[in-house]
Amino acid sequence: MLVLRLLEDQIERLRHAVAPSAQHARGGGAEARRVVELGADEVDMVVDRGAFLAGRYAKVYDEIVQVKEAVGETHLKVILEVGELGTYDNVRRASLLAIAAGADFIKTSTGKLSSSATLPVTLVMLEAIRDVFDETGRRVGMKPAGGIRNAKQAVQTLVLVHETLGLDWLTPDLFRFGASSLLNDVLMQIRKQKTGRYQSPDYFTID
Amino acid sequence: MAELEQRGDRTPVPSKWDYASAPESREIVTLAERYGLFIGGEFVEPRSGDYYETIAPADEEPLAEIPQAGAEDVALAVSTAREAFEDGWSAAAPAVRAKYLFRIARILQERSREFAVLESLNGGKPIRESRDVDLPLAAAHFFYYAGWADKLEYAFPHRRPKPLGVAGQIIPWNFPLLMLAWKIAPALAAGNTVVLKPAETTPLSALLFCDVLRQAELPPGVVNIVTGDGATGASLVKSDVDKIAFTGSTEVGKAIQRELAGTGKKLTLELGGKAANIIFDDCALDQAIEGIVNGIYFNQGHVCCAGSRLLVQESIYEPLIEKLKRRLTTLRVGDPLDKNTDVGAINSRQQLDKIEELVAAGNEEGAEIYQPPCRLPEKGYWFVPTVFTNVAQSYRIAQEEIFGPVLSVLTFRTPDEAVEKANNTPYGLSAGVWTEKGSRILWMAQRLEAGVIWANTYNRFDPASPFGGYKESGFGREGGLHGLEPYLDFREDSTEVTRG
Repeated sequence: MLVLRLLEDQIERLRHAVAPSAQHARGGGAEARRVVELGADEVDMVVDRGAFLAGRYAKVYDEIVQVKEAVGETHLKVILEVGELGTYDNVRRASLLAIAAGADFIKTSTGKLSSSATLPVTLVMLEAIRDVFDETGRRVGMKPAGGIRNAKQAVQTLVLVHETLGLDWLTPDLFRFGASSLLNDVLMQIRKQKTGRYQSPDYFTID
Repeated sequence: MAELEQRGDRTPVPSKWDYASAPESREIVTLAERYGLFIGGEFVEPRSGDYYETIAPADEEPLAEIPQAGAEDVALAVSTAREAFEDGWSAAAPAVRAKYLFRIARILQERSREFAVLESLNGGKPIRESRDVDLPLAAAHFFYYAGWADKLEYAFPHRRPKPLGVAGQIIPWNFPLLMLAWKIAPALAAGNTVVLKPAETTPLSALLFCDVLRQAELPPGVVNIVTGDGATGASLVKSDVDKIAFTGSTEVGKAIQRELAGTGKKLTLELGGKAANIIFDDCALDQAIEGIVNGIYFNQGHVCCAGSRLLVQESIYEPLIEKLKRRLTTLRVGDPLDKNTDVGAINSRQQLDKIEELVAAGNEEGAEIYQPPCRLPEKGYWFVPTVFTNVAQSYRIAQEEIFGPVLSVLTFRTPDEAVEKANNTPYGLSAGVWTEKGSRILWMAQRLEAGVIWANTYNRFDPASPFGGYKESGFGREGGLHGLEPYLDFREDSTEVTRG
């Protein structure tokens, strides 16, 4: 299954670390090529967890390679859907597999599952990115999504990135939050800093 | 936040990102200018008339005047404890003893922030550790032994355990309140009364604990606390107690054992260590790095079971050292009361001197030193987390207990070699094994001469788990069912059972 995202009118929102709703599509490389032709500058895909959990790593790998070939220079973000992987070992294995197959970004989840971007899971993925960078010099981006709901959790995640990968990764090119509910909390905290008082959540629009 | 820096055509990245300080407030702790000896439920002036100053090792600020108990003071404390033992405590219903222990445990939990701040202030350890480790564990020990107090006959079936009488207890400065809990909780649960001497440099949490005892309405004289230096400890060892429990250096432990030889007094010793933390090539490497850091830099390495000798399988030596060095750069050394601090202050000038001496010896003997860039506060006692590589088994830094944030790295090729090197020490307190292979953990555990062996973790404690050493790390166990035994008298067993 591929989740393809057309970004034409959403690029600005993504830069503000908001995860917009995704469009689902099937069709592997061909589908991916079509959306790139339509003007997408980023493509998201989810790894085949069925194949992964059954140990058919080659199938998972080939699929990512196909999509990467199809999208060419366009940014490829591979979603591991860690909530279904079961163990940290699997998170690490899936991260390395996705990176080896050509992912520019690895992302924890689609956001369709409740708990995903926990700190330990994020750490395991960041460590995989760090180890790849150490060995090859290649910089892979990271996007924790799902579970980061407020500013405090976001700061904890940023500290994790800072301490694992350093300042170089603290840029939208290499690190993003996928958390739609985070934005409003950040806005609320900023407003609180300015006024000294918390505002009602109703003063912040939900889209 | 930080300034941004443009690099090439990429989106700018921050050029630095410093963390703001997050100090825990000292307000919650109220210190007296001068303390007394806690004897018979009251603070009394020392007959010796002597006092000394206790300080905050992080900035050498004087905190309070502490009595230096002389032989006469110790004798008074012991006779008070004796009276309390004979006048009621030994005959009190076991459930009553349990009641007091439960009360103490709950009060410690209620006042945990106050104790945590005081522990960090007087001892130099990071508030993160005193708050998250020392205090919860101290309370847990009282809860645990409270549970045993009225179940001793089930703990030791077919035996008739009786209390010993007065227990003299001498504790170290690395975990002042936790060691107090390890000592007092089982002693009281078993029906003994206590005279405890806290360490010279860290008496304050024990003195605050006296307030907890009063709050819990523990009968006067059941727990007495006498402060002072080694001379006070020596007086306690020579006094009319029925048992000595000591945690501290091997040197002092040997002196105590010599002193007690032939007296019939019971003795338990928990002494030094030079633990091997053994890393196999199939371990989860990043997890092991955290375990290594926790093993040696926890509490500035002031831990008798610290994983101070790192044994690394040669095949992963280089990546492991790389990762370890990088991890050290993210350790934050500084104000113990800052909630972000990982490594606090060295406990005393004397200890700092000892660490510096051994590190100098390591340099001289030819080991390669690594210390991360690190700004230390100007006042107070500090030492940068240190790693020595190229260490030979014969170096002093591989043999002697440094009791500071200094790690010596050695390598091995086979499991047999790992066991041989790990056991090649006069100590035998603890060891760590890191491997994803369960059978290897068990194989190693059978062969390592150590009282505690951690697998894929380090410095993990639980009141239900016995703790103690082999060889020159001491004898006797603290914690668990085993921890009750040293405080009980089983001698009339056979007659009682025959009669029964």
